[in-house]
Amino acid sequence: MAITGIEIFKLLPKTNCKKCGFPTCLAFAMKVAQGQAKIDDCPDVGEEVKAKLKEASTPPIRGFEFGTDTEKIKIGEETVLFRHEKKFNNPVVLAFEIKDTDENIEDKINQVIQSQIERVGQILKVDAVYLRNSSGSAEVFKNAIKTLAEKSPQIPLIFGIENPEIALSACEYYRGGRPILYGAKEENLPEMAEIAEKFNIPLGVSAKGVEKIISLTESLKSKGVEDLIVNTEPSTAGKLLKDNTVIRRSALKKGIKALGYPIITFASSIINDNYSVIPRSTSDEESTEKSLYETIIASLAILKYSSIVVLESIPKWKNLVLFTLKQNIYSDPQVPMQVKQDIYKVGEPDENSPIIITTNFALTYFLVRGEIENSKVPAWLAIMDCDGLSVLTAWAAGKFSASKIAQFIKESGIEQKLAHRELIIPGYVAMLKGAIEDKLSGWKVIVGTKEASAIPAFLKSYMRSKN
Amino acid sequence: MDFVIPKETYTGSIPEIEFGKAKTVRFAGESALPMHFFEGAFPNKPLIAFEIQDAQPDDYPEELSKVYSSVWDDPVRWAKFCASLGAEAIALRLMSSHPDSKDSKPNEVADIVKKVLSEIELPLIILGSNHTEKDAEVLPVVADASRGYNCIIGKAQEGNYKTIAASAMAGGHSLIAMSELDVNLAKQLNILITQTGFPKEKIVIDPMCSALGYGFEYTYSVMERIRIAGLLQGDEMLRSPMVADVGFYVWKTKEVQATQSDIPEWGSLYERAVIWEATTACSFLLSGAELLIMRHPGAIKITKKFIDDLYSERTE
Repeated sequence: MAITGIEIFKLLPKTNCKKCGFPTCLAFAMKVAQGQAKIDDCPDVGEEVKAKLKEASTPPIRGFEFGTDTEKIKIGEETVLFRHEKKFNNPVVLAFEIKDTDENIEDKINQVIQSQIERVGQILKVDAVYLRNSSGSAEVFKNAIKTLAEKSPQIPLIFGIENPEIALSACEYYRGGRPILYGAKEENLPEMAEIAEKFNIPLGVSAKGVEKIISLTESLKSKGVEDLIVNTEPSTAGKLLKDNTVIRRSALKKGIKALGYPIITFASSIINDNYSVIPRSTSDEESTEKSLYETIIASLAILKYSSIVVLESIPKWKNLVLFTLKQNIYSDPQVPMQVKQDIYKVGEPDENSPIIITTNFALTYFLVRGEIENSKVPAWLAIMDCDGLSVLTAWAAGKFSASKIAQFIKESGIEQKLAHRELIIPGYVAMLKGAIEDKLSGWKVIVGTKEASAIPAFLKSYMRSKN
Repeated sequence: MDFVIPKETYTGSIPEIEFGKAKTVRFAGESALPMHFFEGAFPNKPLIAFEIQDAQPDDYPEELSKVYSSVWDDPVRWAKFCASLGAEAIALRLMSSHPDSKDSKPNEVADIVKKVLSEIELPLIILGSNHTEKDAEVLPVVADASRGYNCIIGKAQEGNYKTIAASAMAGGHSLIAMSELDVNLAKQLNILITQTGFPKEKIVIDPMCSALGYGFEYTYSVMERIRIAGLLQGDEMLRSPMVADVGFYVWKTKEVQATQSDIPEWGSLYERAVIWEATTACSFLLSGAELLIMRHPGAIKITKKFIDDLYSERTE
């Protein structure tokens, strides 16, 4: 919770001694509140006040960075329960679990490397690897680290180790950056805390239920280990939703610092029994079903407050759905999603294909594009930069005007690709027809439909009228 | 430290809706934010209705046609097939009445509705084609033809709610009220509909659905805001059950249609298509929908499993 300048001022000596470099204590307090001055610059402020200020100025949910030199990932520091209040801050991390006993570690790393997909101008991928010490051997684990580091040194790592000796030797061995050490629990807490402190790395801590987590994080904090990520070990979807909601709400609404940490979720550990989807003639039916349901549990974790979600499998279809969900949920509710200005091909349009123009509001783009695809008529889709506003709003704001449309079409170079000069505009801006025709010489403007849903019928009859 | 779970104080509960005649089913009725069993009562599980159409659909992609092509030329057989898959309710969409489709007359589709009602026992949701003017002609005739069957009729929109609400009331049905992705529009439509005399506790809000990746976050947030307004901020006019018309939006997207050879980096089509519908549906359960209208039996099965898993936390 941010502390105000006035609140800081109350804690100062109010002598206006100027030793801090500011003319008055109030001026100094304001600068401290804005983060432009340090409380340490005041010579008269006591340790108690400093501690109080530090406590008050830390975010209610702590954040930290982990990863490698080239790929640093920040998690935590969330400030709201619902995304319409304010943008969710640091996007959830999707991690793929690899066991040190896996025979195909290289193949699995390849899956991570090849997971990259572009969607609405963003590059999305599996962010990290959770390397589990299944072998119980320090040597086997180090070999796995070696394979990983040789194959792909930039991938951020989470070490899944519960044995402090193995954890120590892994941390001594690994030189690739700042991994998360996951494996503190009641039984090994002091040893794991020591390792995390020694290497200055974030520590994952797990215990059954919210109350146990509180006692562990408090104990770790008293040892000076504060870059923590927690797991309440939920066994069902319902428990995951409850624990995560209680943690986020306690930290944000009640200021309970012992719960003010990001959460890690192991999606496959929450799938407890078998069930059958519509049977399919594949040999790996059961694993497909488990994989489908792991996607749903991961979705719940993404929507409801987990900062790291560990996945047992990462087939491409699963990545696409989880990446898209992450992208949707971590978008800024104040800023409309935008598509890059361009003339897009829908199907395989040629010189005789129709050209349709609209704005670059992502929703508009998706709807119009989808309906053009449904019409099965190949077309050129001209998407004009209007700061992500929808058609009517952009028109009202003067961003979707006749002169700007004319300029965009001329500069786009589309005229060279077309044998015709007919531009289809959205039905809502029918009034622009004359003005566009004035400014875009040689072109005829066709007024299209108001709603995207009417596009297939419109395009079919438009094409019929051409033949 | 002594830890006490911080609980919200709620100002009321969502009206429960019961529909159907031979068989009835209930949904909604809860008194807390979605699945917050630790601070409210949840008398009913969310309900999934299988969508069928009055005539053979011309836009069902491969993964759907594989499942339904043997029954989709006959709505009664289609409905019975869904019943055999475990459907608890059917949503019959009168798509053929759309002017761009067959432009079927109100009486023609009403006959189909009567036939389905006489041959199946499951509770029925009857949906128009989402064409504002045509729905205003079709739905009143249909509401009358199904009088006494205690259906849910939809969708009433700002441009046609008067005739549809009046006929739904005369027919004794519940009503879906659809507005476009805005809390205030949803509230306004509920006010307008209740002003016609339609009982508020029989309205289901449709805040306008969307598919994952295609405006999904708008639907998700509008639903959350409607629930917060109704349950935490005391706004009675937003205290209504919500429907997510999932299948209709999901099965238009490229993600459920493109084959693996079209777009290799998207992976296997079957899993991708099924999970696209299931993920969209499960997400909207978490943002507040109590009624889902879905298409693929595989996606429905996953979603039901998710509901059961969540509800294992309900303390009776």
